[in-house]
Amino acid sequence: MNHSGSSNNGIIILDQAVKTYVMGAQDVKALNGVNVSFKRGSFWAIMGPSGSGKSTMMNILGCLDRLTGGRYMLEEQDVGTLDDDALSEFRLRHLGFIFQSFNLIPQLTVQRNIELPLYYLGWDAQRSAERARELAHSVGLGDRLNHRPTELSGGQMQRVAVARALANDPQILLADEPTGNLDTATGDQILELLVALNQQGKTIIMVTHEDHIAQFAKSRLHMRDGVIERMEGETDAAR
Amino acid sequence: MRHAKWMRDIHLGIENLLLHKLRSFLTMLGVVFGVGSVVAMLSVGEGASKEALEQIRKVGSNNIIINSVKSVEEETSTTAQVRMSLYGLTYKDHQRIDESFETIKQTVPVKLIREQGRLGERSLELRLVGTTPVWFDLVKRPLSAGRILIPSDVENKAAVAVLTEFGARRLLATRNTIGQNLRIGGINFEIIGIVQSEGGKAADIQLPDQEVDAYIPMDVARFYFGDTSMKQTSGSFELKRVELDQVIVEVDKMEDVEATAKGIETMLGRFHNKKDYVMSVPLALLRQAEATKRTFNIVLGSIACISLLVGGIGIMNIMLASVTERTREIGIRRAIGAKRKQIITQFLIETVVLSTIGGVVGLGLGVFIPLLITFIAGMPTVITPVSIILPLFISVGIGIVFGLYPAARAADVDPIVALRHE
Repeated sequence: MNHSGSSNNGIIILDQAVKTYVMGAQDVKALNGVNVSFKRGSFWAIMGPSGSGKSTMMNILGCLDRLTGGRYMLEEQDVGTLDDDALSEFRLRHLGFIFQSFNLIPQLTVQRNIELPLYYLGWDAQRSAERARELAHSVGLGDRLNHRPTELSGGQMQRVAVARALANDPQILLADEPTGNLDTATGDQILELLVALNQQGKTIIMVTHEDHIAQFAKSRLHMRDGVIERMEGETDAAR
Repeated sequence: MRHAKWMRDIHLGIENLLLHKLRSFLTMLGVVFGVGSVVAMLSVGEGASKEALEQIRKVGSNNIIINSVKSVEEETSTTAQVRMSLYGLTYKDHQRIDESFETIKQTVPVKLIREQGRLGERSLELRLVGTTPVWFDLVKRPLSAGRILIPSDVENKAAVAVLTEFGARRLLATRNTIGQNLRIGGINFEIIGIVQSEGGKAADIQLPDQEVDAYIPMDVARFYFGDTSMKQTSGSFELKRVELDQVIVEVDKMEDVEATAKGIETMLGRFHNKKDYVMSVPLALLRQAEATKRTFNIVLGSIACISLLVGGIGIMNIMLASVTERTREIGIRRAIGAKRKQIITQFLIETVVLSTIGGVVGLGLGVFIPLLITFIAGMPTVITPVSIILPLFISVGIGIVFGLYPAARAADVDPIVALRHE
């Protein structure tokens, strides 16, 4: 690898990342040559106005979308070479998602929602149930296992989502506006939860547009027009 | 382990279907009626043909039956009071048939006699068959008591009679009656046995022993009763001279039956200038019945298949709607790490569970309807293993065939779009 020394220990590396969308007659460059390396154990907030490319960045980092140019290295694996099944497998083993709108499956109970990644990992019912119970306790929802998402408050739903994101014990958590649908107090609780998880060693990438929220992260990355505008905080890992 | 996983997948599929009970139920109805009609139609078709086939087999598939009939133009001498008719097969005909064909195993002449009979106190008009011991070889019926006619009865011109069960019932005879005398037209016949008898019709063939009361040796019948019978109808006499009423031919090999029948037909045609006989070939009727059965099954099967098709399309329609409705769920599952084939499996299982349950319920309906038909219309119905197993396989197959497209659509859902879907 011809990267600089500091990028070698990056868990996430974007190298000249370009993502082009065809919008009618013209091409829109949502990412226009992004170079960044996130260290293992870092906590980044990606900021920027709408249209800056932060959502696209999130989809790329989450292996939900592919680059049209450049390279994305995740856990020392070139994601661009993976086929659809391998990408699914990669998400299943390495990534945890937390969404703004929680994205719990409404007809499944809290327990079943948390078990979902384990189901695809092929865990048996008993082990999955134990793990789900454990996780629900750790996010303070041990008594809500048999409730359905609709019976929970927003904060509780997001806790379930965090528990689900942790079920497969991923190294990387991707949070897309995790507090966007919550009031400030509840949102702060979720953010404290993320801070705690980061302290336990998880790498966290969070998209937000609020400064207050971004302050919980150790590092902040500002985007504009598909490129990195500036970085602040613990930015020694970035180049 | 693998087994447990499948059970879990199926369980999850059922849970999902139970979330929309009414919808699942209504979707299932298409398959229920489809499978129900397949099972019901197969059993009605099977029942109808089985009855016909059984009757034909009772007559004997290697047999050819030639009956004497009064042809339309045969009334020879007509006066005001006496009408004389002369027709039918002759002793000579029988002899010729018996001697001319190598393919024939044996033949039996049949002479029908109507005479007043009396057993003890009971007196009634009997239908007698004058025949030879060969009869019992060709019209095989179990013996109830005593013995059948044997060659020595013929040689000795013994006045003996074998009752049919039908005749025994009419004469109130039992096994204890054997050895007693049955008076027929003033002559005493010793009752030597009782054989079982069959009733009913086989397609167009009358069973040879239908409504026959007793068998007596041919020569004895001829000796005592002659070939001419007389019937008195409102002031006029009707005289009828018929030598043989029936000849039954047994052909050695089944494949020769039709050719032999044709040969006999040609031969009889040469000696009879009027068509005063009718040939029935049970085998030809059997073939015809089997062909009819096949056609019947194909027609009924196609109709039932159309209803199954409609049921399948109904399932597909609902599953497509369900995929659209659950786009977000699919997106979540895909984002978490579900592979396309796992999404396909999930939706396919739901469809197959739906169609299979529909199939089982339909099977119940399809078994119940024939019972109802038998009860109400008196039509025979038969449920064969095929008519149960086939629709079950079909309903599973329908689930797979009509589930594949919606499942593929589900797998094609783009998680990025789906997660923004509201």
